[in-house]
Amino acid sequence: MNIVVCIKQVPNTNEVKLDPKTGTLIREGVPSIINPDDKAGLEAALRLKDAKGAHITVLSMGPPQADAALREALAMGADDAVLVTDRAFGGADTWATAYTIAAALKTMDYDLIITGRQAIDGDTAQVGPQISENLNLTNISYAEDIKVEGDSVIVKRQFEDRYHIIKAKMPCLITALSELNEPRYMTPGGIFDAYQKEIKVITRKDLDVDDSCLGLKGSPTHVVKTFTKSAKAAGTVVNNLNPQEAAEYILEKLREKFII
Amino acid sequence: MDFQLSKEHEMARTLFRDFAEKEIKPYAQDVDENERFPKEALEKFRQYGFMGIPYPKEMGGQGCDTLTYAMCVEEVAKVCCTSSTMLSAHTSLCTWPIYKYGTAEQKEKYIPKLTSGEWLGAFGLTEPNAGTDSSAQQTKAVLDGDHYVINGSKIFITNAGYADVYVIFAMTDKSAGNHGITAFIVEKDFPGFSIGKKEKKMGIRGSATCELIFENCIVPKENLLGQEGKGFVVAMTTLDGGRIGIAAQALGLAEGALNETVKYVKERKQFGRPLSKFQNTQFEIADMYTKIQAAQLLLYKAAVAKDHQKSVSLEAAEAKLYCATVAMDVTTRCVQLHGGYGYTREYPVERMMRDAKITEIYEGTSEVQKMVISKYALK
Amino acid sequence: MDIQEYKGIYVFIQQVDGQVAGVSHELLGKAKELAKDMETEVTAVLLGYHVSGLCKDLASYGADKIIMVDNKDLELYSTKPYAYCMCHIIEKYKPAVVLYGATAIGRDLAPRVAARVRTGLTADCTKLDVADDGTKNLRMTRPAFGGNIMATIICPDYRPQMATVRPGVMQKIKPIDGASAPTDSIDMEIPASEKDVQILEVIKKESQKMDIQDAKILVSGGRGMGCPENFKLLENLADAIGGTVSSSRACVDAGWVEKDIQVGQTGKTVRPNLYLACGISGAIQHLAGMEESDVIVAINKDEGAPMFEVADFGVVGDALKVLPLLTEEVKKAMAARK
Repeated sequence: MNIVVCIKQVPNTNEVKLDPKTGTLIREGVPSIINPDDKAGLEAALRLKDAKGAHITVLSMGPPQADAALREALAMGADDAVLVTDRAFGGADTWATAYTIAAALKTMDYDLIITGRQAIDGDTAQVGPQISENLNLTNISYAEDIKVEGDSVIVKRQFEDRYHIIKAKMPCLITALSELNEPRYMTPGGIFDAYQKEIKVITRKDLDVDDSCLGLKGSPTHVVKTFTKSAKAAGTVVNNLNPQEAAEYILEKLREKFII
Repeated sequence: MDFQLSKEHEMARTLFRDFAEKEIKPYAQDVDENERFPKEALEKFRQYGFMGIPYPKEMGGQGCDTLTYAMCVEEVAKVCCTSSTMLSAHTSLCTWPIYKYGTAEQKEKYIPKLTSGEWLGAFGLTEPNAGTDSSAQQTKAVLDGDHYVINGSKIFITNAGYADVYVIFAMTDKSAGNHGITAFIVEKDFPGFSIGKKEKKMGIRGSATCELIFENCIVPKENLLGQEGKGFVVAMTTLDGGRIGIAAQALGLAEGALNETVKYVKERKQFGRPLSKFQNTQFEIADMYTKIQAAQLLLYKAAVAKDHQKSVSLEAAEAKLYCATVAMDVTTRCVQLHGGYGYTREYPVERMMRDAKITEIYEGTSEVQKMVISKYALK
Repeated sequence: MDIQEYKGIYVFIQQVDGQVAGVSHELLGKAKELAKDMETEVTAVLLGYHVSGLCKDLASYGADKIIMVDNKDLELYSTKPYAYCMCHIIEKYKPAVVLYGATAIGRDLAPRVAARVRTGLTADCTKLDVADDGTKNLRMTRPAFGGNIMATIICPDYRPQMATVRPGVMQKIKPIDGASAPTDSIDMEIPASEKDVQILEVIKKESQKMDIQDAKILVSGGRGMGCPENFKLLENLADAIGGTVSSSRACVDAGWVEKDIQVGQTGKTVRPNLYLACGISGAIQHLAGMEESDVIVAINKDEGAPMFEVADFGVVGDALKVLPLLTEEVKKAMAARK
């Protein structure tokens, strides 16, 4: 079985801070990580490999630095890595990203494609389903459990208040939730092996694509403005009350606001 | 000369750091508080191949270099010194001498089990009356047909009781002093071998530190390690490597304590401002930070030398002496910066300061390191 | 593409088991506002099986028109049959705007539709308005980077303009009694090729607690609660004051509480009348999910906690000590009112 896992390298947004003076994002020194949902997808693939045997290729679209994310995936146990990178792909929104990744996938063999549900920098959850549309594949989003039975997958698909147990024939695409599993660590030896491997690079010229669908100019959506939320006026903070006084203080304020 | 770590080493560090934070740190306080063996750490080390980092893949290891191993010990020691002691004693003091001096049969039998972590290793040299002076060994081994009979005892043995394999030393010729010492591989189930009293210690309190007792212990002849009478060389070269592990541990302790302290001085306010805004704090932090950098350079130099030089006695001694001194100094100052809280068990610097002391003592005291270094310096 | 041909604001109505999702009502309310600025109408798109009974409800929440596909194949949500119907409706009616709730259904359906009709889709919007530069483009604003920044996005050259919108952010209108809307019921055959999955089983999640997004009062706990047992203190207060317990991500990650009560960027967005934050420092990801609450009260030991910056009232102190006393005070006040 050939599994392709799509991963994205993202800044660890838990560590992103705002410059209090300029209100801009401080990205310097913020470590890059494999997006958590994607990492869970990779772990799910590795477990299928452990159980039934599979060839796992990790694919990432991004700048050349995404190499590190791919090496990490190799050090966890993936067999091959593909980097989809080109200036022509830059500035792509989800539509153009999915179009490009799907074009790269068309050059590869797969029975199962796994992506993360969403990336923590963009939080859109769109690229997975859009890749499957481009490949005319069945997609199952929000997977909390994945099993393979013969030529089918059986997926526990999460909704807010329920699950659907869904069976679908391969090839298909599944988007994974970080709740799916606890991803394994790399092994020390795996890291050194990973850096011996060659990462296949796919650029514009390797793909059968329409230039008007690539990158910034192929993107239907445009960002017109980014800003930080304006802070609301400071409230009152009291610092010198004992617990009983504090309780009374809160009650009084709730009364003033007609909550009680 | 290039002081840049390779991408592989950088990634390995990220792995060890992440692993230590998530898998080891949560137990560190409990391990100390209840003086219990860090069995969770052992289980996880096994799972991810950490028990055999610097040994070849063909023998079940990870095929990495000594520097990678040192970084692993360092990162683990940042959060739990006890766990790093277990790892270091296993890797440097038990697996290494068998790997280096063992026969093909011995290696085949022991190395894969040790590198995979299926078996835990230990090392027994010290005796009640033979600490720094190893020639004063009283444990005796006598050849009797196809086996040796060993009598005597060892003390302060790390991993004792939990280990499956022990590299131990005994006199085969008392009259020959250091040249009468011989190394043996002892399995935990050998007849006549038992574990004695467990020490109650100031620091690394979760580490199992016990007495080994040999009462007519039967050790098959094929478990002789190296040659009869060559045990002193086995012990000394093993300790050279072990010292790199202890230096890494000491460095990790210092870094761990500094990390905790940086966090604390930013949060803690006195006289209306965080401690980090006081110049005394800034100078203390700067001084400690610099010493840690220097210690790290010495350690990494020794670790790289281990893979390329015939002997690393000098480099290992320098690294251990300096890293241990820095560990004691930095942890003590970190407790001071924490004030009263630093003296309580609510903050980990208290444990780190207690743990640091052992790095100046075991696997050769600081004074022993100075003996080694001065021999070179006065040449 | 002649974008002038595309008219009207369409709202995908999410219904499960014949129940319309709250976010769909919220979107109808928002669409009504936008329709005024765009000088157009609001159309509800209702997909399902035996759902005609919901039309009246949709009209009362602001739909001017309804397009309905009532089909056995739409009984349970499944990506491709739903996407097939939406794409068909978009091609036939050419709406200028299509809105979906940013739910586990909307966030699966909308991207698939957007990819097929080749248009833009903006995810998880928290604000929608109409450009006043003459284009009447829909301006879609959403958080990114874990809520650290906001981005306003447009889709100027493609139609429809599509967005998923976070539940709990938009306001529903007060239902209009007796409202009705013309309903266009489409008969649609869904091709076998679209019916590509088999739903073997539907398992409902157990917890039947009130959804924190519907709660008027949230008593919320963070890492400062110390241990899962202390959540009892929050429950006691919630019981006394008629509220619901919620939590920060730290407590969910630590396994203290279930994910469905998590407030924040990776949890739920809430805007209750009162948000009482106990032992929550207020990481930006958390604030992103609750700062629109009407009144925010914070109890925290650390006076430097960012939560105090958004709180209307804050008490520096130990929530574990204050909570039981506050619960007693609330009980007394409630008893006195009777």
